Amino acid sequence: MKHLLSIADLSREEILSVLDTAVSMHEVQHRDVKKLPTLRGRTIINFFFEDSTRTRSSFEIAGKWLSADTINLTGKGTSVSKGESLRDTVLTIGAMGVDMMVVRHPASGAPAQIADWVGCSVVNAGDGTHEHPSQALLDAYTLRRALGDLEGRHVAIVGDLTHSRVLRSNLLCLQRLGARVTLVAPPTLMPSGIAAWSGADGFATSYDLDEVLPTVDAVMMLRVQRERMSGGYFPTAKEYAVTYGLTPRRLGLLQDHAVICHPGPMNRGLEISADAADAARSLVLDQVSAGVAVRMSILYHLLAGEGSQE
Amino acid sequence: MTARTTSTPPPVLVQGADVLGQGVQDVLVADGRVAALGADATAQAPRGTQRMHGDGLVLLPGLVDLHTHLREPGREDAETVETGSRAAAAGGFTAVLAMANTDPVTDNAEVAERVHDLGRRAGYVDVHPVGAVSKGLAGEELAEIGLMARSRARVRVFSDDGRCVHDARLMRRALEYVKTFDGVVSQHSQDPRLAGAGACCHEGELSGRLGLPGWPAVAEETVVARDVMLARHTGSRVHVAHVSTAGSVEVIRWAKARGIDVTAEVTPHHLMLTEDLLAGYDPVYKVNPPLRPTEDAEALREALADGTIDVVATDHAPHVRQDKEHAFVDAAFGMLGLETALPVVSTVMVRSGRMGWADVARVMSTSPARIARLGTQGQGVVVGAPANLTLVDPTREHTVDAALSQSLSRNNPWHGRELVGAVHLTMLRGRVTAREGLVWGADEEELEL
Amino acid sequence: MVLSSDDINRAVRRIAHEILEGNKGPDDLLLLGIPTRGAHLARRLGEALQQVEGTEVPVGSLDVTMYRDDLRRQPTRAVEHTHIPGDGVDGKVVVLVDDVLYSGRTVRSALDALADLGRPRAVRLAVLVDRGHRELPIRADYVGKNLPTSHSERVMVRLAEHDGEGTEGVRIAGPADAGERAR
Repeated sequence: MKHLLSIADLSREEILSVLDTAVSMHEVQHRDVKKLPTLRGRTIINFFFEDSTRTRSSFEIAGKWLSADTINLTGKGTSVSKGESLRDTVLTIGAMGVDMMVVRHPASGAPAQIADWVGCSVVNAGDGTHEHPSQALLDAYTLRRALGDLEGRHVAIVGDLTHSRVLRSNLLCLQRLGARVTLVAPPTLMPSGIAAWSGADGFATSYDLDEVLPTVDAVMMLRVQRERMSGGYFPTAKEYAVTYGLTPRRLGLLQDHAVICHPGPMNRGLEISADAADAARSLVLDQVSAGVAVRMSILYHLLAGEGSQE
Repeated sequence: MTARTTSTPPPVLVQGADVLGQGVQDVLVADGRVAALGADATAQAPRGTQRMHGDGLVLLPGLVDLHTHLREPGREDAETVETGSRAAAAGGFTAVLAMANTDPVTDNAEVAERVHDLGRRAGYVDVHPVGAVSKGLAGEELAEIGLMARSRARVRVFSDDGRCVHDARLMRRALEYVKTFDGVVSQHSQDPRLAGAGACCHEGELSGRLGLPGWPAVAEETVVARDVMLARHTGSRVHVAHVSTAGSVEVIRWAKARGIDVTAEVTPHHLMLTEDLLAGYDPVYKVNPPLRPTEDAEALREALADGTIDVVATDHAPHVRQDKEHAFVDAAFGMLGLETALPVVSTVMVRSGRMGWADVARVMSTSPARIARLGTQGQGVVVGAPANLTLVDPTREHTVDAALSQSLSRNNPWHGRELVGAVHLTMLRGRVTAREGLVWGADEEELEL
Repeated sequence: MVLSSDDINRAVRRIAHEILEGNKGPDDLLLLGIPTRGAHLARRLGEALQQVEGTEVPVGSLDVTMYRDDLRRQPTRAVEHTHIPGDGVDGKVVVLVDDVLYSGRTVRSALDALADLGRPRAVRLAVLVDRGHRELPIRADYVGKNLPTSHSERVMVRLAEHDGEGTEGVRIAGPADAGERAR
């Protein structure tokens, strides 16, 4: 592994290796001395062209606990209008002897393009509405801790699927781990070409959350941005909450062992009720706590071994 | 350079070339015209006639591009009228229609005449400006269509290309208005309300997977459908620029069957390239309308072969490097096309047996010249016609090298591809303007025959 | 075959006696095996100590992968499990257990890893085989067998728990025998 751009690039074995190593990394979090010397002398740039305090700080802590030098850069000033191309921008930074760039970008595919331009490792920390691989890996890590092996488990992913990078990475990751996935959303929030896509990749889709919930082992609620209403994707927040929100009533439809995930930040009262978010079966806080361990494992896999840098 | 264009070239006898792929005939060119054909050509060749060996080559009327972006005025760093003209000559063209989305926009007679004059000064091809439909391409008020038509540039084709004239009322008025001088409105068919602001590719399964906002095919098809109905209502000519979907083809076929005066063009890239190329997010494949799935490309090839689509037009759209080296959604739209158009058509349509060279002459010369009402272009290889001629080597295999271009820009999606068929030589009014990709006056003082 | 299965077990029992002798009993002992085979040996050593002394000595494992100084010379290694039984390493007499002592770099990594976990009263080192060629000032306190080797030879330790019944033993292979990880 040189880059982490898409879950599609990872084999099942590679995913499991990342998740298994994350278990060891998680133990480090409970020590007095949290620092491991593993990436001493390595330089990691957290290059964030879009705000994300949670993901950025999680990568930053992961790097620091592995003794890498981590530097945060924001790409705010580097826009199309300034005349400098994205390529110019990243080549300038790459020329400084960087070992890895962790890239968050509002445009889908930007990390993949950057990986083509620079010599160092590139981690996709979320690109537009494309993918968010580290989030999917930490979701899988959390689900495995709660449910064990995901082979044959049924996971529903519910919400604004069109605009969700978390969806795309999770779909790939869960399927690769053998889980059965059902996507639930109103037709207006289903990704384009979903019929062909689901047919080709073998997952199910539904417009009816009530019908799906009783059969799932886990339900993953995705954030719905209120701005989507102005795009005409659904009429009102109230109507969305009633038809697709995880309401207290719907909690009762879940099997006893079924768990609830949400990648955050949550819109309480819209896609998820407070009852659901704070339920004992909610893994929301476990997901946050797994973030650093999984990202440490990612950095370890990309930077520690031979051939991880050219 | 003006001196060169005005001096009279010596007579030339093209020997042994296959005229339109319909049989070998010698062709005598004198005084900028086709002076004689066949046995007459040899018999009438005056003393001092240069002889050109055309064995194995195909002779076509000079190609006419109904859809070119020359970027001047405004973006002379990407292309100028001169460099674009050179690329056109190298690609076998003898005339191009230069789109109006320059800065300033060609929405008045002054800009139109300026582009026209720059083209004449360059002298490689006839440059005919396209006039904007609306002022500043804003889609609100009509541009000075009549003044442009009456100008020295004699504008006959009007288009807001790059944007769709999506207001039905404005489109109706434009169609009515151009009737006074037999003009045509070339429409960039794309309903902007059916796609998000960031649309940058075909909307479908792949865009869903890539997380890229797309244009659905229906955004094009609804506008094509509306416009053919408007053309029927107004009795005017409408031209559908760069048709890209099977649905649009169906609508155009339906309209033509009912006698509606609609013509349509397809680009070389929509004939050959498909959306799967976007998987790596390389902005060189970012174009508007977007590359479509294979089924659409197949429908376009079929429609071109059966005459539903009248014309191949390049939509040559040069961009400087830094405008393409952005994230995919931020990068500029468009790709080069002038120098590769003939090889692509040769590879996709002729080698596959779907079209003969006479068909190529029709879709790349005769029909575009007729649609644009160009009196001195696309006249065919007939005695008395201006000697605008293109010699093609139909079997030459070559790998496209983006570095070897007359264009100022390098956004070439064909780079590294193997194509079969190449332009051997281009002649404008009896003067050789390009040979084997080299252009007269720049690469050599006078190209040898 | 340099050591048979019986030889290995005899060596483990002897080391158990030596540890008890050196430590004047089992108090504060903590055995930490270095995965993978060191961890198995540590468990055997723990059982031997219990047989001799009748009290249970805590046994754990200490993965040193993240502390190695040769990570960049090899493909990415899988990280093994670290398990510290009871209430940590503070004040304990930690006996590190590994199968083969060679350059000493693994032991150095283990000492660094231990330091991040706490402050043992003392650290001892027990190995099944010492093959020489130290690159660091490190020596073993307890050795199953000293085995003079050349650099080009490979020492291969096989344990029933890890490698399967019937494979157990220590062998020396020449440079031609590739394909098996050796130390």
